[in-house]
Amino acid sequence: MLLIHCPYCEEMREEEEFSPAGQAHIERPLNPEEISDEQWAHYLFFRKNPRGLHHEMWLHAAGCRKYFNVTRNTVTYEIMETYKMGQEPNVTASKEGQS
Amino acid sequence: MSQVNRIAGSSKRINRNRTLTFSFNGKEYKGFEGDTVASALLANGVDVVGRSFKYSRPRGIITSDSQEPNAIFQIGSSQATTIPNPRATQTDLYQGLTASSTNGWPNVNFDLMATVGKLGGSMMPPGFYYKTFMFPQSLWMSYEHLIRKGAGLGASPQQSDPDSYDKMHHHCDVMIVGGGPAGLAAALSAAQTGARVIISDEQNEFGGSLLCSTQQIDGQLPSQWVEKTVAQLSDMDNVMLLPRSTVFGYYDHNLVGINERRTDHLGEHQLQSTRQRVHKVRAKQVILATGAHERPLVYGNNDVPGCMLANAVSTYINRYDVVPGNKLVLMTTNDNAYKTAIDWHQAGRQVVTIVDTRKASSGELVNKAKQLGINVIFGHAVIEVKGGKRVKGVDIAPINPENHSVTGAAKHFSCDTVASSGGWSPVIHLSSHTGSRPVWKDEIAGFVPGDTVQQQHSCGGLEGVYALSKVISDGFTTGAVAAQAAGKGEGRYTGQLPKTTDPQEDVSMALFHIPHVKKTSRAPKQFVDYQNDVTAAGIELANREGFESIEHVKRYTALGFGTDQGKLGNINGMAITAKSLGKTIPETGTTIFRPMYTPTTFGALAGADVKHLFDPARFSAMHKWHLDNGAEFEDVGQWKRPWYFPQPGETMQQSLERECLATRNSVGILDASTLGKIDIQGKDAREFLNRVYTNPWSKLGVGKCRYGVMCKEDGMVFDDGVTVCLEENRFIMTTTTGGAAGVLQWLELWHQTEWPELEVYFSTVTDHWSTMTISGPNSRKVLEKICDIDVSNDSFKYMDWRAATVAGVKARIFRISFTGELSFEINVQANFGMHTWKAVMAAGEEFNITPYGTETMHILRAEKGFIIVGQDTDGSVTPQDLDMDWVVGKKKEFSFIGKRSWTRFDNKRDDRKQMVGLKPKDPKFVLPEGAQIVFEKNQSIPMTMVGHVTSSYYSACMGYSFALAVVKGGISRKGESVFLPLSDGTTVEAEICSPVFYDPKGDRQNV
Repeated sequence: MLLIHCPYCEEMREEEEFSPAGQAHIERPLNPEEISDEQWAHYLFFRKNPRGLHHEMWLHAAGCRKYFNVTRNTVTYEIMETYKMGQEPNVTASKEGQS
Repeated sequence: MSQVNRIAGSSKRINRNRTLTFSFNGKEYKGFEGDTVASALLANGVDVVGRSFKYSRPRGIITSDSQEPNAIFQIGSSQATTIPNPRATQTDLYQGLTASSTNGWPNVNFDLMATVGKLGGSMMPPGFYYKTFMFPQSLWMSYEHLIRKGAGLGASPQQSDPDSYDKMHHHCDVMIVGGGPAGLAAALSAAQTGARVIISDEQNEFGGSLLCSTQQIDGQLPSQWVEKTVAQLSDMDNVMLLPRSTVFGYYDHNLVGINERRTDHLGEHQLQSTRQRVHKVRAKQVILATGAHERPLVYGNNDVPGCMLANAVSTYINRYDVVPGNKLVLMTTNDNAYKTAIDWHQAGRQVVTIVDTRKASSGELVNKAKQLGINVIFGHAVIEVKGGKRVKGVDIAPINPENHSVTGAAKHFSCDTVASSGGWSPVIHLSSHTGSRPVWKDEIAGFVPGDTVQQQHSCGGLEGVYALSKVISDGFTTGAVAAQAAGKGEGRYTGQLPKTTDPQEDVSMALFHIPHVKKTSRAPKQFVDYQNDVTAAGIELANREGFESIEHVKRYTALGFGTDQGKLGNINGMAITAKSLGKTIPETGTTIFRPMYTPTTFGALAGADVKHLFDPARFSAMHKWHLDNGAEFEDVGQWKRPWYFPQPGETMQQSLERECLATRNSVGILDASTLGKIDIQGKDAREFLNRVYTNPWSKLGVGKCRYGVMCKEDGMVFDDGVTVCLEENRFIMTTTTGGAAGVLQWLELWHQTEWPELEVYFSTVTDHWSTMTISGPNSRKVLEKICDIDVSNDSFKYMDWRAATVAGVKARIFRISFTGELSFEINVQANFGMHTWKAVMAAGEEFNITPYGTETMHILRAEKGFIIVGQDTDGSVTPQDLDMDWVVGKKKEFSFIGKRSWTRFDNKRDDRKQMVGLKPKDPKFVLPEGAQIVFEKNQSIPMTMVGHVTSSYYSACMGYSFALAVVKGGISRKGESVFLPLSDGTTVEAEICSPVFYDPKGDRQNV
């Protein structure tokens, strides 16, 4: 059970209050009609499954109802940081010296 | 029966003034308060407590703790209070306790299955069940049923548990797991910094190994130091002591799960208090002081009752004043176990001999044993035990552990008890729960906790520190360090350390498996995992068959799969695998321990969240009226919705037909309060709707309603409902009852993550409103009587809404229809729901207004071909598949959610499953929902399935049965026949038709 810092509430709260919402930083193509089926399929279906750092979205479902981002290690379940929607992560795999 | 093995000792752990009577396998015995079931049975000289799983061999008590593989009982006298599989070694005795063995038929002393076991020696290798019962695969279920009956462990209770359970949440600075010398020292040290400390221990009192130790601390018995320390801790406000509390799991981010057994020791049922309580502790720092488990040696017939762990024997003697036999042979690889022989001797019973596998030792305990006149044989081992239901003697022979051989003739010694010690294994289970890999330490021949990302410390036996003085000082140091890490204190313990002198010990031998004169596969069985009957020969065979990874060996042999989860046998199993593969133990590695540390009852995990507290229930404001009028209810999400309103003597079908006909011919009323309602406001609300709905919203005027369909980005229908334009920038979106929360989350997701620039706000208002739908040709006449506005078709058109006063209450009336009839949906503040409902009922009396439930609603809408998302769709259906292209905006500027996906190749296929109507050839036959559809009646199995029935009813209004279905390419197949092979073997025929059965032109809702 994770202990998650909500960047909007600015508190550590129990995982029970949150729900995961998948990979973060996926941008919807601005011109869906102009891109190929393959590009669209990538946006729709293809997700990372890293062993190590993962940037993912969580929803503070039983709290402020805000979506935010989490950098989490998928092996150790350590949460390195949480940050608001629209912000960039400070901890990334390249900064950690991983590929 | 008298307690033949109870000696006149001086233990304070049992209360001889309180005798307790209990029964085991139907026989009455006596024990004392403070006994466990195991100590009481041993006191009474009970040897056989169960039968083994596979070979049905008689088994006795081996351990005195959580490692116990054999004394696994069914405890409790009724079907409501019975508990399957607790360990007798951890079950406190209470007056009237009823226990029985979990296997053995007809009883443990005469077991028919044992014949199978004797025959099966060589016939039941590992993988026996896999190999024997593999073919045909279809029969596995029936084989398994029989095997389980023959082999099984305990039985589940058949009646509801009368006890109550609950949960508590805690935060603390330092959580200490284990109340032995290390844990107590750590608690004292941490608590003195002012840190908030919780310390838990699985036993009925704190002290751990000190409860049965004789090594003095500060010149007194160790139990006195325990008492003093516990008293000190109890006096501190910042310390919480949890005895009888097992930490069953250590989870991420320092969450510790504890099951406190509050009344288990008092009797099988306590009305007045909570029986078990789960504590969920979020700790800044965790100290694991779980100590070590003694490891048995693996030798021939080592499962005959009377073979025990050395330390367990000492525990029974020192803690319970029970000597579990008369003549002891002790086999050891270390000095430490000599204590057992000394204890036995001092209890006044005979030590036949000590067999030490080492060449020599001159440790203090060894010398003490010799001084007491106990015979010691070095360089030897017990290679085989003789006896059936009790040890009768042992064969002792010189061995060479280097090449795993017996080097000389065996000598027979008669005895009734064999205690063995192969050293100690740190209890690394909890440290493994969070994914940390244990690390092998050669010095102690055991695994210790490895690297972890948790805020975790470990001390004492768990770290392989076994000398008592070092364990205690390690505890004090670790407690201070952990407190400092939690922000309390200086990181050093400055108080006086208690004084104790450790006996000087010689080096132990790392030995796990004792050789026999015969090779392992021919030798008498040498058990590694008792509960699953895994032998050394079985593990070697698995290795030979190619199972080399320890994880594979585990799964193939079932090593470590029992209720003890490999506590007793895993290290020995790994050592045997390593030896047979020519590897080291660290190379072989260990399997990973997972929660639960010991089995935890469902009651504890469920806590108070049972029965009506299991899940919240939601009721509309008119619920009481529904109850008073005999409604049957169905669950829709958490809502209790009226399903139908039976009148006395009616069957469900009769009720439905009456409700349908009344609505179609006069007027019916439905409680629609449960539909999700989301208030959407902001200057960009309209644009937002354009993006999430498939149809256009730009031109919907104030006072108008519109039906909308929402898709996911993959183009599949996700929800539908009517949205109402209240003001230029304000809408009320209705959603399906079950989809309300998901839709709100979906809207928030897109707004927050993709289009934060849009100024729009969402608020759920489902519970603010009571909604009643009056439907049918007379609905306008009813409404007119109680409403202050003109509701004629000229001024209040279909798909309009009006603010009005209904029965004196402010209301919003939507003229929308889910039945195809003239309908009005009256929305009032929920507080006025009941008042308005009653007023409508009164006004409708002259028209025989008929309340109907969800089932009639389903029939009426299906007659019109209106879909229910989630029933007629399943997340793989596009609006086009539903023949609802009319709901797709063709000229919308923004590429709304789902649109792009419709042009993907797969979504353009013309053989997609499409929604159609079905008319069974037999107009009275109602097709089962979910029935599969085929085109060719006589095709051989496997048939080509081309769709299925999604909704199916008998229509009283039309006089025939009908269905909605999805069929491959169905829209262009109207008029064709399809076939439905049913589960009873019959096949029925139906004709594909339009899904709109009733009033296809839609005249009735427009009058």
